[in-house]
Amino acid sequence: MTGDRVVLGIESSCDETGVGLVRLTADGTVELLADAVASSVDEHARFGGVVPEIASRAHLAAMVPTMRRALDQSGLKLSDVDAIAVTAGPGLAGALMVGVAAAKAYASALGVPLFGVNHLGGHVAVDTLEHGPLPERCLALLVSGGHTQLLLVEGIAEKITEVGSTIDDAAGEAYDKVARILDLPYPGGPPIDRQARLGDPAAIAFPRGLTGPRDPRYDFSFSGLKTAVARWVETEQRAGREIPVPDVCASFQEAVADVLTAKAVRAARDLNVDTLVISGGVAANSRLSALAAQRCAEAGIRLRVPRPRLCTDNGAMIAALGAHVLAAGAKPSPLDMPANPGLPVNTIVIQ
Amino acid sequence: MLVIALDTSTPAVTAGLVALDGGRPRALAERATINPRAHGELLMPHLLDAMAEAGHELADADAIVVGAGPGPFTGLRVGMATAAALGQACGRPVHPVCSLDAIAAEAAVDGPLLVATDARRKEVYWAAYDADRRRIDGPHVQRPADVPTSGFTTAAGTMAELLGLAVAEPRHPTPVGLVAAAREALSGEPAPLVPLYLRRPDAAEPGKRKSVLTRGGK
Ligand SMILES: [Zn+2]
Repeated sequence: MTGDRVVLGIESSCDETGVGLVRLTADGTVELLADAVASSVDEHARFGGVVPEIASRAHLAAMVPTMRRALDQSGLKLSDVDAIAVTAGPGLAGALMVGVAAAKAYASALGVPLFGVNHLGGHVAVDTLEHGPLPERCLALLVSGGHTQLLLVEGIAEKITEVGSTIDDAAGEAYDKVARILDLPYPGGPPIDRQARLGDPAAIAFPRGLTGPRDPRYDFSFSGLKTAVARWVETEQRAGREIPVPDVCASFQEAVADVLTAKAVRAARDLNVDTLVISGGVAANSRLSALAAQRCAEAGIRLRVPRPRLCTDNGAMIAALGAHVLAAGAKPSPLDMPANPGLPVNTIVIQ
Repeated sequence: MLVIALDTSTPAVTAGLVALDGGRPRALAERATINPRAHGELLMPHLLDAMAEAGHELADADAIVVGAGPGPFTGLRVGMATAAALGQACGRPVHPVCSLDAIAAEAAVDGPLLVATDARRKEVYWAAYDADRRRIDGPHVQRPADVPTSGFTTAAGTMAELLGLAVAEPRHPTPVGLVAAAREALSGEPAPLVPLYLRRPDAAEPGKRKSVLTRGGK
């Protein structure tokens, strides 16, 4: 259709190489056309966390094949692409540079504008592929192995402000560390979730970080929780008792989900927004989504959670944000744009 | 034929357009900046500047040659990723060449030659060449003192002076050197686009914890 534009998105900030394609229609809606992801997660497993150099090598090897898969999925050719968006940050420096270098080359060869966009904004924008346009104001809770943040979104291409964030570990990192304590595989989210379903969430009273009356209202802390789990397990082992892994997992997971949802709902109320988007790899966690649904319903807040495949890092989220930025008439990013590992969340597109 | 040449294996960010018609390759335009932190920023602008100066579009090139290292990894990957994406978008073959070969191909001396570049951590990437500039040893990564220099009088490359031999230009791969080194490869199927890392990623496996845990069933 005339007026439609195809936007390509490239993501390489951590351990997933993602290429996505979306269609931006004349009325501003954004539709998913393709979403190809190559993950190096298995190569990191024995190290218990993402090894930057391994991730960067994998990005370089995966870039062209992932691009080819995305094009095949959509039935489009590179020459059909009208604009390219790439994750400019935040993320791992060496990993980001692979995607940014490739994106500059694709954009130059195709003669189309390039937008260096914010990875965190992409996690929010991706929900428009599933649930349509966002309201004028909404709150976003991003939870993954790399981020734990509360964002006030006032126009996905216009204004994103950080309301709160973790002061130490990301929620997903806490999952990985607790999984290690319990000899569960990496990444820790899925195995802990599985064990937790068999356990009692009230079995052990693990601490809720930063929930005292004088603590920051919207910030998070998970390093104390992880230490508490380690200590509890150690004490039980010393006493010669068996460790009830399902109960530990359920109680740990309850503490994480409790704090995340309580603070998100509190921020939504304080800021007078009626929509909460939860995105990022941990959004798929069963207890987090159940508790968020319950608490949002009680508070009269509309909850939007993209399907798990879109919540984890992918190129479609970057294409989606690129499409919104393009629709808003943003200037393209310059070709000498650097990758920025510490890109602040309020920089939605590099200018 | 017109060949795009890129290299980011040394602190030089190098891009150029080279003509190859029977004789020696000829640089139509080239850009190089010495800045080990700016590969990601400068490579594509450099290439577009060179193309504009030569009066050509990217799509006019018949092939792409890229230095595959060895070189410090993050910078090296910028050139490789750029070349891979250009090749895919323009539908042109991308030929990797050892970046040390590109330096050797341009060295303005007779006789055998050593080439050494910076591998950081007090080591060098090096390779040895005969008088016809065929690589006879390497590439390796070693401390400069451990590089066997007997039988050689001259070295080129960014770390040439560390080998205690006479130093010859060039210090960095040039577009003409890259195309000269790729000359035979250009008529065949491109080799896989894999960097010459020579080192494994730094990563330590965490120690094993003894399991004394009881787990729920599936
Ligand atoms: Zn992410």
